[in-house]
Amino acid sequence: MTQEELQALAVNKSVDARGTACPGPLLEAKKAIGTIGSGDIMEVLSADEGTKRDIPKWANKKGHEYLGTVEESGFFKIYLKKG
Amino acid sequence: MENIEKQIKELQEKVSQLEKGTKDQLSLVIFSGELDKLLAALIIATGATAMDMKVKLFFTFWATAALRDKKKKVSGKDFMSKMFAIMLPKGSSKVKLSKMNMGGMGTSMMKNLMKKKNVASLEEMLTTAGELGVEINVCEMSMDLMGIKKEELIVYPNLNICGVATFLVDAEESKIQLFI
Repeated sequence: MTQEELQALAVNKSVDARGTACPGPLLEAKKAIGTIGSGDIMEVLSADEGTKRDIPKWANKKGHEYLGTVEESGFFKIYLKKG
Repeated sequence: MENIEKQIKELQEKVSQLEKGTKDQLSLVIFSGELDKLLAALIIATGATAMDMKVKLFFTFWATAALRDKKKKVSGKDFMSKMFAIMLPKGSSKVKLSKMNMGGMGTSMMKNLMKKKNVASLEEMLTTAGELGVEINVCEMSMDLMGIKKEELIVYPNLNICGVATFLVDAEESKIQLFI
């Protein structure tokens, strides 16, 4: 997905994990994904550079689709589609 | 005919052994009692729960003291146990760095940095681990050796006192085993 497409996604759930370091964003993502339905879009906001690599790996293991990451100033927006 | 039955039985045993070994489970031996090593262990443990892995921690030797509750006092300890009680850190908030402790200066600097960088403290990590269902097994022999009593351990939802067999059985069933 291109950056524009990612930005234009209708997000069902947004998780702001910018106040936590590893493994905080991962734990918050895990908690939040339980609250949405299959096919829903979730975004995870993280200031932690490692999350950018962690979330796709986690999503792959759990059967969710990693859509892409948008870099903002000082944080990342990571998009997922629940499997 | 008897031979086939015997072979089937052998195969069944092998299959059940294979099945046992493929549990989505993480077993950690936590041996070290220092802040940095305990943090690493707890980060791996809580991270694994995000992967829906079952997590079992086996606290032994120096790590046991990190499970003491600083507010709890127990009586009836013998001389050696009292000495140990004084020498060992009283709980997770009192453990030191394994390197660059510098008489405690390094540790408090690290703790300040962790706060600034939003890294959860060891106490917070333990609470989180408890909420996430991480199991803690404490080595009975270590506790006995150092005179640590069950009554002075932290309140934790899933904490058991056990021996090496518990760890071995858990580890055998786990996909990942680590020693920290």
